[in-house]
Formats: sequence, structure tokens, C-alpha cells
Amino acid sequence: MNKRRAWIIAWPFIGCAIAALAWAGFAPIKVPSHDELFEIPKGTYARRMQGDKVEILPSQIRLTLGLNDVLLLRNLDEVPQVFGPTIMMPGQSFRLPFEQAARYNFACTAHASGQMTIVVEDEPVMPWSKIHWRVREWWENRTR
Amino acid sequence: MRTVSLLLGAIMAVAVAAETPRLTPPDDLFKAGTLSPVMPAPKLVLDGSDGKPLTLERFHGKVVAVAFGFSNCGEVCPITLATLAGARKKLGPEGADVQVVYVTVDPERDDANQMKKFLGSFDSTFVGGVGTRAQIDAAEKSWGISSVRNTNADGSYTIGHSSSIYLINRKGGLRAVMPYGHPADDFVHDLKILLSE
Repeated sequence: MNKRRAWIIAWPFIGCAIAALAWAGFAPIKVPSHDELFEIPKGTYARRMQGDKVEILPSQIRLTLGLNDVLLLRNLDEVPQVFGPTIMMPGQSFRLPFEQAARYNFACTAHASGQMTIVVEDEPVMPWSKIHWRVREWWENRTR
Repeated sequence: MRTVSLLLGAIMAVAVAAETPRLTPPDDLFKAGTLSPVMPAPKLVLDGSDGKPLTLERFHGKVVAVAFGFSNCGEVCPITLATLAGARKKLGPEGADVQVVYVTVDPERDDANQMKKFLGSFDSTFVGGVGTRAQIDAAEKSWGISSVRNTNADGSYTIGHSSSIYLINRKGGLRAVMPYGHPADDFVHDLKILLSE
């Protein structure tokens, strides 16, 4: 009797979990923008010069083709900053679209290490990859 | 009277259209990375492989593709130059308005003659930028270029260097930066946008 009651209570939860997995695996992923924005704040260079090794930008940025596949960097600092292929003047933005999944290493003066890695992944198409993408996004947003 | 009014109206419409500045194409049309707002490209004050002084002002009115490399480069530079030559060819007559400038990062080995010979094997219109070590260092610094000499066991050396291609609009503004590895078609795509600006 107790076992039957436990099943009756458990079924709605199991049903919800299956529905959530089905949604996460099959519903199309929608993002508000393809741009993944990062800003180099004012005073970054001055802080570096004073010996502050604080990281302004993550040393690794993950992008996904078809979703957030454009890196948008804004230099709000008062000095030019070199990011990978280009030099950004104060107040300037650099928008870099990606079309191939790969690991890209760039020089970046906004980092204490002088390096930045961008990992571009394929668009999640299969249900499992969609679930994986959603869980990771949720987790990264939670820990940001 | 009505005909005269229509004619005047048409003339005024044409005049207004001619005076209206062309809008800058949105960044998301480009295959390359784009910079905004568009600012003047960094200066280049070098000697050209064609025997004339090399400044970007020389090519004002053309779309200019600037890249850095060296004639002894075994991999990256030949691919970049072949890609740019291919893109110019694919553009057809429009390609005449595209100027490729290739600046050496190896002034010890690359003089004007060496660069002319090297670039001429890809496209005779390409112009090389050469100069003293101090001039090349100054150009690299203002363009944010890095180059590192790697010496081999036998004393020979090669140079690791920034490999992007800088696309400059007809007005001399640094508009876009194409990272190494893009095919000629991507250049054709972006150069067409810049040529129509």
C-alpha cells in the first residue's frame, strides 16, 4: 500500500522530469543576440601599470556556431588595446564573427597573461547536445 | 509648364541623391572582423618595392588590403598572397580598385628588389613595404603587429608574425580585419562591400 502511494506521489515528478528533458532536447534554442559582448573597462592599463594583475576578461571564451558566434569587444579604456588580429583605439569596438568550430588563441593586452583563447563549438543539433548546451549555459550564468 | 516642373523636380531629385552620403554598411554584413567607429588606419611611412615612397595616402580612393610578412616565409605568407591574388582576379574589373600592400617584418633580408620579385610571383600590382629596422618596428607598433624571430640550429631563422589582413576603405579608414585562413571568396565578399561604400 505504501509502495503504491509512493508511486502515485513520484509519478508527477517523473513526468515533469521527462517533459523537461524532452523540452531541453527537442525545443529550438533561442538566444537574444549572436553577439557575446565583453568590455575592457576604463583604467585597465593604469591598473596593470600599478601591478594589479586582476583579470578583466575571462582567459577562455566559449562560443557556439549559430547561437552566440560573434565576439564583440569594446575598448572603454583610455589607451589602445591589442586584441588578436587588431588594435582597438579607445572607444572603439571590434566585432569578430566565427564560422568554423575550432580553438583560437589570440594575443590580448587586456589579459595579464597576454593571451586569450576562444573555443568555438558546433551548433547543438542532437537532443543530447542541446541538453548539454542548456545545462552548461545555466551553470555558467549561475556562477558568473 | 508642367513638363518644366517635372524636369526641375527630376533634376533636384538627382542632385539630392548625389549629395546624400552613402551609408556605412552594417558590421554584420562582413565576413571579417569589423571596427567601429571607423578610424583612420595607422600610418605607414616606408619605401615601396616599386621604388616610390610608401604611404597609404598614395592609394586614397582605392580599397587597400595591408598585411605583414616576409619573403622567406614558407607557409603563411604564400597562402595569404595567393588568396589575395585570387580574390583580386575574381573581382574582375573591380579588382583594379583594390591595392594590396605587403609590409616586411624581415628588413634584414627583404629589400625593395627582393619584395618586388616575391610579390610579383603572385600579382604584379602588389606593393611591398620595406625600410630600416627602426621603420619596420615603428610600423609594427602602430599596427599592433607582433613578430618573433626563431633561430634554427644551423643559424638560419624564421619569423612568427601576426597574419591578419587589414582592410582599409576608400577614405583611408581601417574598416575590417580578416584573420588568417579565410578563403578568397570571403575577401571577394567583403571587398565588394568596401568597394561599394
